[in-house]
Order: sequence, then C-alpha cells, then structure tokens
Amino acid sequence: MDSRDSGATWEGLASRDAGSRDAAMESLHQEVMKRVESIGPVPETPYSPAASDLNHILARILMLSKRCPYDDVKEKCIWILRSIQDIGVRIPRPLGNGPSRFIPEKEILQVSKVDARTQSIFEEAFSLGRLDNISLVMGFHPQYLECFLRTQHYLFQMDGPLSLHYRHYIGIMAAARHQCSYLVNLHVNDFLHVGGDHKWLNGLKGAPQKLQALGELNKILAHRPWLLTKTHIESLLKAEEHSWSLAELIHAVVLLTHYHSLASFTFGCGITPDIHTDGGHTFRPPSLSGYCVCDIANGNGALEEMLGNHQATEVSGEVEVLMERMKQLQECRDEEEASQEEMATRFEREKTESMLVTTSEDEECVPSRDVSRHFEDTSYGYQDFSRRGEHVPTFRVQDYSWEDHGFSLVNRLYPDVGQLLDEKFQIAYNLTYNTMATHQGVDTSMLRRAIWNYIHCMFGIRYDDYDYGEINELLDRSFKVYIKTMVCSPEKTTKRMYESFWRQFQHSEKVHVNLLLMEARMQAELLYALRAITRYMT
Amino acid sequence: MEKMSCPSTVSGRTMFCHLDAPANAISVCRDATQVVVAGRNIFKIYALEEDSFVERLNLRVGRKPSLNFSCADVMWHQMEENLLATAATNGAVVTWNLARPCRNKQEHLFTEHKRTVNKVCFHPTEVHMLLSGSQDGFMKCFDLRKKESVSTFSGQSESVRDVQFSMKDYFTFAASFENGNVQLWDIRRPDRYERMFTAHTGPVFCCDWHPEDRGWLATGGRDKMVKVWDMTTNRAKEIYCVQTIASVARVKWRPERRWHLATCSMMVDHNIYVWDVRRPFIPFATFEEHKDVTTGIVWRHQHDPYVLLSGSKDSTLYQHMFKDASRPVDRANPEGLCFGLFGDLAFAAKESLMTGEAGRKPYPAGDRRYPIFFFKKPDVTEQFAQVASALSVFESESDGSSRMDWFIKTARRYLLSGKPFAELCDHNAKVAKELNRPQVSTTWTMLRIMFSDPGNPAPPANHNMSKLGNIPLMNSFNLKEMSSALNERNKENRQDNLHNLETNLNNDENEETEGSDGQAEYLFGDAELDDDDLYSMEHENQAEEAEFSLPQEAFPLRHEIVDHPAAPEPPAEKPESPQVSGSEAESFCLTPMESFSLISVSQLLYQPQLTPSFFSPVVREMLDHYAEQGDVQMAVSVLIVLGDRIRKEIDELTQEHWYMSYIDLLQRFELWNVSNEVIKLSTCSAITCLNQASTTLHINCSNCKRPMSNKGWICDRCHQCASVCAVCHHVVKGLFVWCQGCSHGGHLEHVMEWLKSSNHCPAGCGHLCEYT
Repeated sequence: MDSRDSGATWEGLASRDAGSRDAAMESLHQEVMKRVESIGPVPETPYSPAASDLNHILARILMLSKRCPYDDVKEKCIWILRSIQDIGVRIPRPLGNGPSRFIPEKEILQVSKVDARTQSIFEEAFSLGRLDNISLVMGFHPQYLECFLRTQHYLFQMDGPLSLHYRHYIGIMAAARHQCSYLVNLHVNDFLHVGGDHKWLNGLKGAPQKLQALGELNKILAHRPWLLTKTHIESLLKAEEHSWSLAELIHAVVLLTHYHSLASFTFGCGITPDIHTDGGHTFRPPSLSGYCVCDIANGNGALEEMLGNHQATEVSGEVEVLMERMKQLQECRDEEEASQEEMATRFEREKTESMLVTTSEDEECVPSRDVSRHFEDTSYGYQDFSRRGEHVPTFRVQDYSWEDHGFSLVNRLYPDVGQLLDEKFQIAYNLTYNTMATHQGVDTSMLRRAIWNYIHCMFGIRYDDYDYGEINELLDRSFKVYIKTMVCSPEKTTKRMYESFWRQFQHSEKVHVNLLLMEARMQAELLYALRAITRYMT
Repeated sequence: MEKMSCPSTVSGRTMFCHLDAPANAISVCRDATQVVVAGRNIFKIYALEEDSFVERLNLRVGRKPSLNFSCADVMWHQMEENLLATAATNGAVVTWNLARPCRNKQEHLFTEHKRTVNKVCFHPTEVHMLLSGSQDGFMKCFDLRKKESVSTFSGQSESVRDVQFSMKDYFTFAASFENGNVQLWDIRRPDRYERMFTAHTGPVFCCDWHPEDRGWLATGGRDKMVKVWDMTTNRAKEIYCVQTIASVARVKWRPERRWHLATCSMMVDHNIYVWDVRRPFIPFATFEEHKDVTTGIVWRHQHDPYVLLSGSKDSTLYQHMFKDASRPVDRANPEGLCFGLFGDLAFAAKESLMTGEAGRKPYPAGDRRYPIFFFKKPDVTEQFAQVASALSVFESESDGSSRMDWFIKTARRYLLSGKPFAELCDHNAKVAKELNRPQVSTTWTMLRIMFSDPGNPAPPANHNMSKLGNIPLMNSFNLKEMSSALNERNKENRQDNLHNLETNLNNDENEETEGSDGQAEYLFGDAELDDDDLYSMEHENQAEEAEFSLPQEAFPLRHEIVDHPAAPEPPAEKPESPQVSGSEAESFCLTPMESFSLISVSQLLYQPQLTPSFFSPVVREMLDHYAEQGDVQMAVSVLIVLGDRIRKEIDELTQEHWYMSYIDLLQRFELWNVSNEVIKLSTCSAITCLNQASTTLHINCSNCKRPMSNKGWICDRCHQCASVCAVCHHVVKGLFVWCQGCSHGGHLEHVMEWLKSSNHCPAGCGHLCEYT
C-alpha cells in the first residue's frame, strides 16, 4: 500500500460516519500488520526506509490514540499499538506531557468530554485534517476557538489574493521571527504539501525576491511596529516586477500579524510539538535519562512543583485583593477626578515603567529545528517604545481605530477578512464567564480592559479615555513581566513565569489571558501596518 | 425670521484655508457668518468673509492644553450664538461661552462619561438642553443651568456613534450604535427606548433628520450604505438606499432640496458627495478638493442649498460653492447593452447618438421616447443632466430559440481531445457539416491535411473529405497562391452575402411585425432602427475589407461598443449577436462545380518538404479571422485540437482572450461540462486556474434546513445524516440529485429509476417533483 492510499485511510478515520471510520481502521490495521511482517519483528537495521515509514505510521497511530475525538478510533489505535508491541515491535511513546508544558494534560483533554460544543469543534477541526495542540488548548474557550479556526481556515484555504504556498511561507517567516519551531514545522509541512519549492526552505535567500522584500516588513512588524512608515509600504508596492499589489499586501500583513501573535500564544501556553511530528514522540523506552530535556530546562522538576505549591499557599488571597481593588476603582472613579495633566503623565509613566519590566535573558531552551535560517538579522528584537533619542509620536486610537478605519481598509482590499477579524477581536475582548478563580458573578471587564490597554501601551498606542493608573492597581509585577515577555519576546517565556502570576487562577483563565494578549498584540501590529498603508494611499 | 435672510444673498466663492492640524468636526453659527473647527490639536473660530476665511478666535488656550481640548465633535448652538459644546476624546463634555471676558472661554465641564464622547447635540429649540452620546453606551442629557446631567439613557449595547434631536418632534431624539442599531428615544422617558431597529450591518456612524419631512431619518454606516427611513409608520421602513464606495462618516440633508443629502466617508475616499436619493447610482454632485478624508461637513446656512463647508484630515477648511461642483453624470456613459433570455438585445443610448446615425429608418409607429426622469423644479442648474436615453429592443425572430442552436450543438459535439489528431479533425468537420456550416467543415479538413503526418496518411475514414465542402479550397491549394485562394473564397462569400441579403430582407419583414408587437410593451424607445444599417454596413464592409474577411454578421451597434472604453469585454458579446447565426445558418451551399477533378491536386500536399510549421502563419491568420468574425468557438476549438502545433504562434494574451470569451459564452448557454472541458484543456495558466476558484458548495441540511457548516454527512445541529437518498434511505456519497421544490432527492440512478414509475416525490411528501 503506498502513501496515497494511506492518505485516504487517514481521511476515513476523520469521517463522522462510524461505519467508514471502522472500515478505515480495519485497512489501517491490515497495512500495519503487513509492514510489520515484511520488516520482521526485530529489525536489524533500524533506519531502513521501510522501518522509518512504519515508524511514521506508528507515530500517527499514537497521535490518534491520544488525540482523536472519536473514542472508537482511540481504542482501536491503542489496541493496534499493543498488539504489535506484543509481537516485539518497538512502539513510540509521547514525549512530554500533553499539548502544553504548562497545563496538565488531563485538564485539557477533559474539556472536550464535558463540553459538547468543544467536542463538535474538535471533530470538525479533525475532519479538516488537523487537530493541533493549539486548538486543544484553546478548547477551554470554544466560542473563541470556533471563530479562530474559521479565520485561520479562511486565511489559508479560501479564495484570497496570495497563492497557497505563499501563504504558508509567510506563515513560516512570521513564526520564525520569534523562533517558534512549533509553528514553523507545522507550516513547513503544509508548505511542501501544497507544492512549495524545497529550496525556499533553506532561508529567505532561496525564496523569490518578492518574498525577500517582505522580510523587512516582517522584522519591523514583529518587534517595533511603530517604526513602520509609508516608505516601507511604498518600497513593497513599487518594485517593478517584484512589487506587491495592495490586496496581496493586506493579505500578507494579516498573515504576518496573525502568526506573530500566534507565536506569542504558542510560547505563552507552552505548546508542545504535536505527537506525530518530530520531537513529539520517541521510540526510546522510558528511562530516567530519557527525561524530557525541555522540562528540565524549564525548571519543571518535582522540586519546582513543590516550591510552587508552597508559594501558592502563601499568596492565597491574591484574588480577593484584586477584586477588592477593582471594586474600589469602580466606586471612587466617579468621585475623585485626576487632572488632565495627571492622566497624561500616567500614560507616560506606564509606558516608561513597562520598559523597566525586564525580561529574564537566560533560560533559552526551545529545541528548535534550525529555525534560524528562516530569518535574518537575528539581533533585531523588541526595543522599548520611545527611548530617549528616538521619539516616536504616540499613536492615538481615537485617530485611527480598528473599528472605524482598519476594518474598512481590510474589508475593502480583502473582502470578508475584516468581518472575520472584527468578530475575533470582539469575542476575545468581550469573552467572560463572570468568574475569577473560585468566585462567581464578577464583572471582569475592567481587568480585561486593563490588560488590553497595557499591551497597546507597550506598543505606544494610547486611549484618550483611559486612566492608565488603573493598570498599576490591577496588574501586579509578575503579571506584567509575563505579559511583556510574551508580547515582546515570546521565545523567552518560561514555565516559571507562567506559574508565578495569578497563582490561584485556573488554567482556563490563564489561557483566556493568553487569548487576550494574542489578540491585543495582533490588533496593535495591524493598526500600525494599516495606518502606514492608509498614509501611503492618501 | 430666520427665513427672511434670503439665501441667494450669501455670495462667495469656493475657497479654503489651512488649519494647523487635522479637523475632526466643524459647525456653523446661526447666522452663517462664523465656523468653528475642532480636532485633536485645534479648536478655532473662523469668520467667513467674502473671499477668505479669517481666524477670529483660538479657544485652545493654556500652556499645556489638556485632553479636554481634544475634540471628537463640536456643535454651535443654533439659538444662542455665544454657546458651543464639544465632545472630548477623554470622555468630557465641555461647553464654551464666547461672551466670557477672559481668554479661557470654557464654561461647564461634565466628566460623567467613562469613555470617549462621540457626539454632542443641542436641542434645536430648547436653549439649555444638550445631549451627548459616548463610547460607553450611554447617552446623557444635560441641563446647562445645572452642574450635572439630568437624565441618562442606556442603549444597552455597545458605543453610541451619533445622537440627533428631531427637528420637528420636540421630545424625540435618535441614536445610532456601533452594533448597527438605531434607537428612538423620548427625552422624558430615560428608562427605555421608544423604538429600535437594525439599520446597518456593522456600526452606524451617523444619522440626520430631514429638516422638513418629520418622519425621515438618514443613516450612514460602515457597510458603505446611506439609508433613508420613514419613521412615521409603525415599523421603520427603508424608503431609499444609496450605495457608496466607502464607509459613510457623515450625512447631512441639503437644505431646501427635499431629496438631496451630502455624505463624506471615513476612509479611503476623500470626496464629498451630494446624492439625490431617488437616483442612488450616481452622485448628483461631488466636491473633490480634499487631499485626505473629509471629517466634517455642514451646510453653511440652513436655508441655502448652495454653500457647503467642510473640514478634513488634510488640515484644510473649505467652502464649496455648488456651482463649482463636478457633476459625475455629465461624464457618465448613458449607454447600456443587455441580452435577454431568448437572445433579445436591449440597447440604450443617448438620444443624440441615436439620431445622429445616418440612414436610420424611423420606427413606423413614430418616435415614442420618454425621458427617464422628471423633475418638479424647473431650475435648470439644479437638475441632473437630462439623460433621455433611447432604449431599443431587438427581438430575435420567432425561431429565435433555435438561432444559437448551431453553437450549442457544435459545442456539445465537437471532440477536442482523446483521439488522434486526424480523427478529431475529421469528426469536427463532420459535425460542422451536419450543422450546415460547410466553411467550418472545410477548415477542419484542411487542418487535418496540413498538420497530419505526411508519412502516415489520414485514414480513409474521412469520407467527406473528397466531397463537397472542401473542394473549392483544395482547388487553390497551391500554397503560393494562398491569398488568391482566399480571395476566391471571398468572392464566393460575396455571392453568399447576396443570398443573405435576400434572406435578411425576409427576416426584416418578419421582424418588423414582431417588433411592433413587442414594442407596445415598452415605454421608451424606438426599436428596429437598425435593420437598414445592417445592410448598409454590410456593403461597406465588403468594400473596405478587400482581403479575406467574411462580413457576414455585421451588426452596427457592436462597433460602437467596441470603441467604447466603458465596455470592457466586447468579444464576449460578439458571437451572440443573433445575426451571426442567421447568416451563417443560411449560408450557401457551394455549387459542386469543380468537384472531382481536384483530388489529384490534394495529393500534392503530401510532399514531404512541407513541414507543418510552414502553415502556421496561415493558420494563425485563419484563427484571427474566425475570432474577428465572432466565432471564438472555432478559434478555441482549433487552438485546443492543434495544441502545440500552433500555440507558440499566437501570443498568450490573445489566446487567453479567446478562451475567456468562449468560456463566458458556454456558461451563458449553461454548457457547464463543455466549459469545464475547455478550461481543463487550455494551456493558459490564467484559464486553468479558473477551475480552482470558488470550489466551495454551500448546502443546507435537509432535515433542519440550516446551513451545513462541517464536512461529512452529519449535520452538527440536528445530528442526522443530511443527504439521505429518498429511495434507498442510504446516505448519498456521490452524485446527488434533488428537487428544488421539496428538497428531497437521492442517488441519481435511483431517482431516475423512480421517476419512470411515478411523478411524485419518492419521499412521500406529495410533491410533484421536477428535475431539470
């Protein structure tokens, strides 16, 4: 059976019809047995092509046994793996624990069992060919996940100005900017799948000049979007035969920002490689030495766990304090009015303070599959907005907002995407269950707004009608460190950071925060890019 | 009293002045002598002099101006000339009293809103009442004699974008929201709105009450529409809708002109448009002075329709005079062309154009033309240009439905691939011949002879080769005399055209009578003006085109359109002109005069020294010729069948053009399969990719009638198999056919089987199913 047939088999497994799943499962089983027999129980040469083919299939079966939303397939896969293990074939086992390094696997997978909506979204994603770890983690918030998947599907699969392999390549470029090997690997596969040229993957130099020109925009957008000017846009649009059209550029910008922020999410939630991909599984038997490297690097030892628990007891009451503050702010806002000058300085203070929130430089640990070749100028990173010397005027949302301006521009040049993004932003911004940790019926809008505006503040975007003093009240230092790291240099996010903020909050709430961060960052980047394009057009 | 100041005395000219910063909003004072400009970094009053703006006052004072000066909106009180109100981006509502003696004119400061205030509005008749609408979803009504708001209205939704007091109803105001709703409130009842309706998808940026008509409210939204609502009825009724090209930021009714309103947009488009709502497709007038988006528009005087003021992000303040506006309608092309379902052709053109045509036969029933628009006001300068178009309808003959038969049949029966080249040619020649198109048939045969491998002579199966059609051409097939041969052909064709003339004359009579029948149904226009031209053109053409063109289907109107820049794709229409088929179908049968003697000549063709490429130029000309004639079908078919033999000879663009035209035609005739085959066989990348676009098919679940959003066969809403065969009750995973009446269906073969025995729906719903 060649790979083409097996492709059909995988598809059959994703069917909603139990009968066809059964049939596909049966043929898969037969195929595995056939291969096993042809190789022999204990392969002499472990790296023969036949064996690696088999291993590939086994890895996928392993993935299915863990991730498939259908229980029948899961059980059958486990059964297959067992049965061939019994005849002496070495079977893979998943590395790490679950889709996220930060969140226990059990908690994530439980979600789909409880929530019918999540389950159906998972099934749909699965039948579309992929149920990746990102989706699994987002499964905490089905309302958002649905919208996210729809947008992503539209950006990559549906009609659009850019060809498919361009889209994936831009995805790779964007993710590589943050050295996000997870997303890069994901899209390298997709890129090759839609007929992309192998040579491009050797680095940006191998790609067409048109894409190379996008490198600069990618770089600026990812790290210092406020430096984007209309000359950048002009140089892309007027490059003779390598020039971009406006519609293509919008598409590219949306993809870039989407992937920059998704990289933030990936790191922020500690997404691990999908089980069936490299680095997601191992054929080595479990042993002490085989202890997951990244776990150690991230301080994910047992000792750390204990420490964490210890600290958690210490800071109990954190939630209550936060809620109390929110209440106070709510009440006293009407009474005491800060003067206008005071308000202005508060923004400046928050801005400068965000610069002082330094991110730890050590602990770089991500097992990366030579991601660096996809991007150039590694030294270019986030630099604090408005340092002394280079003064960039503050971006006023009242003068260029997503709702009024950005939306119209995007929708004009890339129909329907404006609508999708609008919906996504709104869902992310308005998502609430009115809970905080164990407390019910809390109005969290203030907190959400503080987080959103804090991120925009780091990008130099100011809301005239917001009192930036609130941020100081509501967001404590460890949380700010986390936000800043995640938004500005996500590759430096560590498990310790993830754990040290909001200790009493649930994982689903932390994922919620991550969604907020991701969308706020995307909107900030988009605003700068779109404003530059608007300026170019006028 | 206001009305006393006669509008016409406001003289002036189009003028502008530079502001120091972008403006967000402008407002004029009651007597139209001063204008206030407000923005993030500007807050100034200018006096309107005869021919310039003069700065009167800078209200932005203080060393370090606070955010209270950063205005999103400004309004000048229409009763009290010293009173202004601004909405600040930080949520403050500020009133200003120009009568204050000190430099700082600020009077009250209301900081009750938590978010940016988008709009302030004074009551038109009540001096002390001010209304504000904010991003936080609240509207507040202030009494300027008190320090705080007197009532708060909660929209129960997202931000308020605009609030407007009704001009006529003392207590009513309208508010528009970011979620697309418009609410109507009674100022006395803050607990809930009187009425709410959804006006737009996406934010409603602005609304404006009609100054005279009590019930009319105009709204503009991000969805690029301006809608006019009649609020007098129980349900708000949309009575007019204008589609603009960008999101609508402001809308203002034009004074004294019941149907006119001015709009400007939020993004991309910098112009100000004045629309006649009854004619929503083209702006009545445009002002194109601004270099960046216009943010504020206001009519200078509430009874003067001729002067408009505007502020813009480009930091200029303009006074626009109506007489200087550009009128897009003057530049528009009032010509239109459309094909009816049965091959009828309707054509509308300016009257002047129509009358200008020489030799036009007057329509027997006399000229019955009606201008499309009537205007009540006699003022000439204030009208849309008189666009009296004449509409002509050309009906096809009574056998009209069969007129394009040859096209359809040919398309269906031609073989384009799948067989050896020679066989394809023979097949197609045969098809053409059976359809009584000897010339085409001959061409196919010739192609076969030219390009067939000489060493491998064509199979004897080509029975028709040595017979009628191809003979006269073979005759002259000494290649050096090719052109003369074509001339020869031409002569024949001329003869043929004489025939045509006759037949056409006959047709003419038919058409005449039919035409007048049909004409009675149309209000405007003179039909049938062109039959005469048809002939004259034909003769002309023959005279001009000395070489080998076959002017069979001259159709005068077509030429006009070809020249016209506004009609981008003429070739798509060409072959559809009913005359094509007419003349071609009536084409001659050649007199078999030179029949048999020529076979020997044809043998000469198999001389080995003639490589196929030798013929290429000729073939290329031939293809051009066919395409020029309107027979793209032939051009494309030959292109596909010849494949690499000819492809390089013709430039990509032309090929693409032909393909596009042919595909378009095929699709109009609903020959989807053929069109798909052509797309597949084409080698132009632009064409083959047509197959890859829009491949999504949206379906509804047959149980719950809601859209199926997922892949697979189970609807995720009702959890049932969606596409079950009504006959065998299994899920259909292949060709699925269903009745559009009752939406039952099933396997193609099952349903076909079923329909043999019964007309009723197999599902038992009692519907008499119809399948097309």
